[in-house]
Amino acid sequence: MADNLLTLSGVHTLIGPYHILQGVDLVVPEGGVTVLLGRNGAGKTTTLRTIMGLWNASQGEIRFDDHLITGLDTPDISRRGIAYVPEDMGVFTDLTVAENMTLAAANAPIDQKRLGWIKALFPPIGTFWNASAGTLSGGQKQMLSVARAVIEPRRLILIDEPTKGLAPAIIKAMTDALRELKETDTTILLVEQNFAMASTIGDTVAVMDDGRIIHSGVMRELAEDDAMQEKLMGLSLEAHQ
Amino acid sequence: MSETAIKPRIEKVPLREQFFQKLPVLLVPMLALLGLMAIGNPASWLTLTVAGLAMGMMIFIMASGLTVVFGLMDVINFGHGAFVAVGAFVGFTVLAWLAGWTASPSVMLNLAAVLIAILAAMVVTGLLGYAFERVIVMPVYGEHLKQILVTMGGLIVAQQMIYVVWGPDELHLSRPEAFQGSIVLGEAAIEKYRLVAVAIGLALFLAMRHILKNTKVGLLVRAGVENGEMVEALGYRIRRLFLIVFMTGSALAGLGGVMWGLYQETITAHMGSEIMVLVFIVVIIGGLGSVEGCFIGALLVGLLANYTAFLAPKVALISTIALMVAILMWRPQGIYPVVKAK
Repeated sequence: MADNLLTLSGVHTLIGPYHILQGVDLVVPEGGVTVLLGRNGAGKTTTLRTIMGLWNASQGEIRFDDHLITGLDTPDISRRGIAYVPEDMGVFTDLTVAENMTLAAANAPIDQKRLGWIKALFPPIGTFWNASAGTLSGGQKQMLSVARAVIEPRRLILIDEPTKGLAPAIIKAMTDALRELKETDTTILLVEQNFAMASTIGDTVAVMDDGRIIHSGVMRELAEDDAMQEKLMGLSLEAHQ
Repeated sequence: MSETAIKPRIEKVPLREQFFQKLPVLLVPMLALLGLMAIGNPASWLTLTVAGLAMGMMIFIMASGLTVVFGLMDVINFGHGAFVAVGAFVGFTVLAWLAGWTASPSVMLNLAAVLIAILAAMVVTGLLGYAFERVIVMPVYGEHLKQILVTMGGLIVAQQMIYVVWGPDELHLSRPEAFQGSIVLGEAAIEKYRLVAVAIGLALFLAMRHILKNTKVGLLVRAGVENGEMVEALGYRIRRLFLIVFMTGSALAGLGGVMWGLYQETITAHMGSEIMVLVFIVVIIGGLGSVEGCFIGALLVGLLANYTAFLAPKVALISTIALMVAILMWRPQGIYPVVKAK
């Protein structure tokens, strides 16, 4: 793991009258998986949306690969090599799986070799290539959402709760896929409430509460320290298993 | 991910639900059949059906841009009628310049004159659409009440500009020689111009359908209607796409204005706002943002207006409103509701 790929310094985000992010300082090292943990309403999704420019930071700065991206439009941020998998998956249900993937390849026609790798990673993508995305199950839609994010080489993928509402077998499959993605050059910033799952693939971790980062460090250390988990999240690792 | 971990399975839509989804396509032939049973005389029915289809196609041309603009950016454009009126007046001016061609018995010269008039109207209304979007619509994205107010204001300004350029009186617009008169099929007389309107409307619908289904721009429009934010997150500039769609919708309204002007043979500065009542009914019936729903809705409105005008002229005054009420009671989101992610 080398230098920091993404750095948030004192980022504040306001949504209407609500002050959601209140000075977020977050570092995402290049390579591997950084997990962002925290209870509901802590500001995890807002952090990802602010990085993508979907909500504007009112203060502070966001640097990607040492370039300031605060205030850039979402398409400009995307074209710098950041992909986003939202909590609601963002799948275009009126389009087929093939059409979803075609749109995701924004910069060039789909690389067939890469598509083959994705189909091996997520078999339903190949099986339902010409089916309407609206007819897929929740797990299949989640796979399509992640597949779309990696159809072109990306430097950073922001993934918001990919296991939410999925059956255990699908969660295991998704975890395996993220583990394989981790072996590529892609860096992953993963928002996850499922600590048991996150602790198996995370390299570094940051914990949020009330719109701030209250802890950051190495995932292995947090996973082995029940007292720290109790203190930071009010729940022990065992409680999730 | 291993094959054993996940067994790919697709949720099959039950046959009954599939039939229910396809049902709206059958509404047009069902209405035509009902019309035949009510009218009794096949010749009168054929004349009225072609007239209804022609009227429906022209409304579709004017409404298609409006529905996509609403679907893509949630913009309610009450000023859309301005493009219809401006298109009609530009078309009138061009046809007046080419009076020699329109009076000629040559079908080719007649066609050329109409095509040049349509092209000029589309270019002018497309550019007007650019100015309208940049100056009037862009500052009020996401604010529906302000959109209604400023686009209504834009419509009034456009109407006053028509008074300044072409004067306050209604103008007579003659159809070219080749489009005048009727074709007699058995006992039925079918106006030639209505057949032209049906052909142009059908060609436009098929072209739009092809673009929306088979081109990347079409995919972006369909994706943007459903979830514009995600389209941006994939790296596409949705505002630029919206501007293109807005200009195209304005140009189509201009085309509709020329065709409606030739259909009525009279044009006024207020013709746009008058026809907008029907246009909005069609957009609502079809499902806000749905091109296919808009097409079916326009044909239903056109056919019903002509059948009721023949069978019960007093009922014709409320027939389109009654149709909208009936459709919305059946499908509150319109014939083909557009699923929006937000």
